[in-house]
Amino acid sequence: MNLRKYLKVYKKFLHTSFASELEYKTNLLIDLITAIFSLIGSIFLLSIFFQNNENIGGWEFKQALIIQGIYTILNGITNTWFNPNLTEIVKHIREGTLDFVLLKPIDSQFFISLKKITPSGLLEIMLGFCLLSYCIKINQINVNLSFITLSSITIICSICILYSLWFFISTTTIWFVKTWNATEVLRSFLYIGRFPLNSFSFSLRIFFSVFIPIAFITTIPSEIFLGLSHSWKILLEFLVAMVFLFTSRKFWLFALKFYSSASS
Amino acid sequence: MISNLINRKLFTLLKVQYSNMLEYRVEIALWAISGIIPFFMLNIWTNNNLNESINISDVLLSRYFLCAFFVRQFSVVWVVFSFEEDSLLGKVSPYLIQPINPFFRYFAQHLAEQITRFPFALIIAFFFFILNPESIWIPNLGILFFSIISTFLSFLIQFLIQSIVACLCFWTEKASSIERLLFIPTLFLSGLLAPVVSFPEYVKSWIYLTPFPYLIDFPANLLSGNETNISGGLSMQILWIFLLFPLFKKIWSEGTKKYTAMGS
Repeated sequence: MNLRKYLKVYKKFLHTSFASELEYKTNLLIDLITAIFSLIGSIFLLSIFFQNNENIGGWEFKQALIIQGIYTILNGITNTWFNPNLTEIVKHIREGTLDFVLLKPIDSQFFISLKKITPSGLLEIMLGFCLLSYCIKINQINVNLSFITLSSITIICSICILYSLWFFISTTTIWFVKTWNATEVLRSFLYIGRFPLNSFSFSLRIFFSVFIPIAFITTIPSEIFLGLSHSWKILLEFLVAMVFLFTSRKFWLFALKFYSSASS
Repeated sequence: MISNLINRKLFTLLKVQYSNMLEYRVEIALWAISGIIPFFMLNIWTNNNLNESINISDVLLSRYFLCAFFVRQFSVVWVVFSFEEDSLLGKVSPYLIQPINPFFRYFAQHLAEQITRFPFALIIAFFFFILNPESIWIPNLGILFFSIISTFLSFLIQFLIQSIVACLCFWTEKASSIERLLFIPTLFLSGLLAPVVSFPEYVKSWIYLTPFPYLIDFPANLLSGNETNISGGLSMQILWIFLLFPLFKKIWSEGTKKYTAMGS
């Protein structure tokens, strides 16, 4: 019953945010072109790296494209859901409108994370899937049931980790008030997700798998595509995702205790 | 006498904005950190020996990326986002009454932000030198002087381009999506992620006719002591400013005629 209520509310969210986004139609069109150019730019950059080299970090060009595809999907998800919603937390807290969210008879994390949607990000997700299916063709990947389940599990885990990272940083706003730029720092760190982890030096690799698990986000799903992944890695990613989701939830509830609304 | 007046006004604006920026030191420190992408790129380049094929030694390449980081730090422009917000909220109206072009206000804001940013950029450079002691160098005074000028010119070019885009707010209300579109070629073609010399021939043949390589690649090459044509680069930068400035004046005068204040 509860789930039905949330589904119904989410439908309303979709409806209102689509309506308000479609208000600026040219904006939407320009965003679509931006998404296409952005993908072309990334592939161009990748092609520079492979100009005179057969492989970087043990990955060939056509294999590195898989990482690019997964990154594009995740980036699309970030632009569709995480970015518009979680940067809003900053505004809620500065202007004291978080009060209205907390008063609603609905889970505050649900409301804050899913209220808005930016439709132009959806194209990026589609572009990512197109690139991936092209990669499946050129890498001659055998598509079977276990491949599909494993790759979707790992990608869903990546989405969970990504969401938790964004949510963590946005939650810190409750103490620091202005963390608009902290998400910008996260964005620049996420940038390295476009490249295979092995192409970085050892110290960076450690940093990005232990402190900020960006390494898991794109590299492990790509390894599934190539059939290189070990089961312990998949299990590890699953565990990391669960721990992140759980702690981000706890962190939000903990942070709310410190929220004293503005001007009251 | 007129120039004297502008100088005094600009100086006052600068002082006001500088104290304003000092208020948000942490925010600016975070901005500075979010610009470290060139270092990740450097890591990929040197870790995979990609620079051998373009005949740049490790040391010169690391200096190049450090300089690219510096040039980027001092040529970041966000005028379109400020202007869009001000115009949506109707704040532009009081600015228009003042006896100074509102863009001077934004200009002072950017300069003040750069002054605030300087120590943070130095700290990041300090850490870079601790990690890469072999890349320490001291550019001679003449080179330093010219690279500061070319960085400032690069900032001016970007400021003019964004101001032109910002003026489109008079027509469309939301111009930041155009800026995001323009940011894609700036990101990939300016030399922030890969030096322009490494680009394939089919790009190199036309790229020097666009403003992009003069934004980061040229000043960074100059400062880091890589091979570059000083007089050619500087004159191209000045040429672009001379092309863009009349365009800005034109679109500004057209736009202000079109402007209808919000909420009045």
